[in-house]
Amino acid sequence: MSISVLIHIAYLIAAFLFLMCLKWLSSPRTARSGNMLGAIGMLIAAVVVLLDQEILTPGLILAGIIVGALIGGIMAKRVQMTAMPQMVAILNGFGGAASGLVAAGEFVRLAGIFEIPTVDNAISIALGAAIGAITFSGSVIAFAKLQGLISGRPITFGGQQAFTLILFLITLAAAVGMAVSPSYLFLILLLIVPLVLGINMVIRIGGADMPVVISLLNSFSGLAAAAAGFVVSNPILIIAGTLVGAAGYILTVIMAKAMNRSLSNIVFGAFGGEKSAGQLGAGEDRPVRSVSAEDAATVLAYAQSVIIVPGYGLAVAQAQHLVAELMKQLEARHVSVKFAIHPVAGRMPGHMNVLLAEANIPYDKLFDLEQINDEFQRTDVAVVIGANDVTNPAARDNPDSPLYGMPVLNVDQAKSVLVLKRSMGSGFAGVDNPLFYNEKTMMLFGDAKKSVQDLVNEVKNA
Amino acid sequence: MPGELLFGIYIFVLSAFAGFEVISKVPPILHTPLMSGANAISGIAIVGALLITAPADTLVLQIIGFLAVVLATINLVGGFMVTDRMLLMFKGRSEGASK
Repeated sequence: MSISVLIHIAYLIAAFLFLMCLKWLSSPRTARSGNMLGAIGMLIAAVVVLLDQEILTPGLILAGIIVGALIGGIMAKRVQMTAMPQMVAILNGFGGAASGLVAAGEFVRLAGIFEIPTVDNAISIALGAAIGAITFSGSVIAFAKLQGLISGRPITFGGQQAFTLILFLITLAAAVGMAVSPSYLFLILLLIVPLVLGINMVIRIGGADMPVVISLLNSFSGLAAAAAGFVVSNPILIIAGTLVGAAGYILTVIMAKAMNRSLSNIVFGAFGGEKSAGQLGAGEDRPVRSVSAEDAATVLAYAQSVIIVPGYGLAVAQAQHLVAELMKQLEARHVSVKFAIHPVAGRMPGHMNVLLAEANIPYDKLFDLEQINDEFQRTDVAVVIGANDVTNPAARDNPDSPLYGMPVLNVDQAKSVLVLKRSMGSGFAGVDNPLFYNEKTMMLFGDAKKSVQDLVNEVKNA
Repeated sequence: MPGELLFGIYIFVLSAFAGFEVISKVPPILHTPLMSGANAISGIAIVGALLITAPADTLVLQIIGFLAVVLATINLVGGFMVTDRMLLMFKGRSEGASK
């Protein structure tokens, strides 16, 4: 058997392992083994690819792998669970950058041996470079926003949409130029213009839309790898890249649906910026009922059923372990405790599930919106911790609300509502939340971590 | 070669379809691990990076190749490890976790 047949058989096995990896990742029981299969597939693909290559640079390759593995390993070990969205964002960016470099490298290699790429190869190079560059810069901006290095609010300026359009058209023109008459000028344009495009696309997106953006960038990083696969004519790159592209796309659609917004609306229309700022003042004078931790704890301790609704504020305050403690205290008093998780709570898909899992809260206590929404009306107390827009009843009842149509948790239907909140500021969307002015709502102001700690202490004494 | 391109497009279309089929029913609890697992798979760019780096005979190509290898390796090692770390926390049913 020739070596190239062997290589292709190995690719086939790797492709199968990647598919199994994704399939097994869809079920809690098999997820961990699935991830392992993916890693094995990756190892096979990476070893096999070099079998029929003349390796001029063994030291360089080894050094690159060691440096990369060290950095990746340390990042994976050190990262806090609350910082997972940033981690995924920056890893997406690295993957996209690597694919873009592969496309650029192939062009440089061909130029070095004075070979002009064929039209289809030139198109692949253009796609690989451009998608890779957008993924990289977009992910870096998403990372910076999530890490708090730059403002999480949408950053907009006049003519931004026109600017985006112009950048897009230049990229398209450069790609056509590359196909017709390949040159370094077009390659550089295809790297730099998409970099600016990626920055411009993501800086205008607000924190609450991050789950959509991260999913989209995830999809892009896969597509960039697939494009790189076309560039170097390698089937496993195309297969694996496309699978990731599909996975990211599905998550993007799920997230966009959970916000009742179209993808283009999120990517091209900045939300929660100047448009809704005018509404901020509207509810200022309406009375809210502020309670002490002691009073709130009494209500909890004597309830029969409690549903906790976690949001990004819980992640920011790192209060997940205390919430688990609160759950234990309440369960010791025979209060039934469940968690209601909105699909876009937090900053990436499934963000809250990961945090609560970290705090050892069993996942059969975590419920999706559809599973639990009818249960609020039979529940004594709904406890909202650091969540806002996903509990806003106006999204259901008020056609004038900017959130109208977004599926929300029916927190307001519980017999009473306890909201833990830092201050009266509005959510990321900048939209006023009538829930806070509801007569059965109690507001417990302060940092989520401290408030939950106080509740734990008071429930113990109640 | 047009044959190669066409072949690539076959693979692309079928993989996209397979991907949609395999992933479409993921429970929300696993959204993050699925995403970071998929993210790790996009580290497949390592294959392209190795193909570029192995025959690199100029400094420019070696720099490009080295960077690509480093970035792709961070992506895949970081991605698989952090996914594993996360999944380790998904303890499961109440019996196991609350004692």
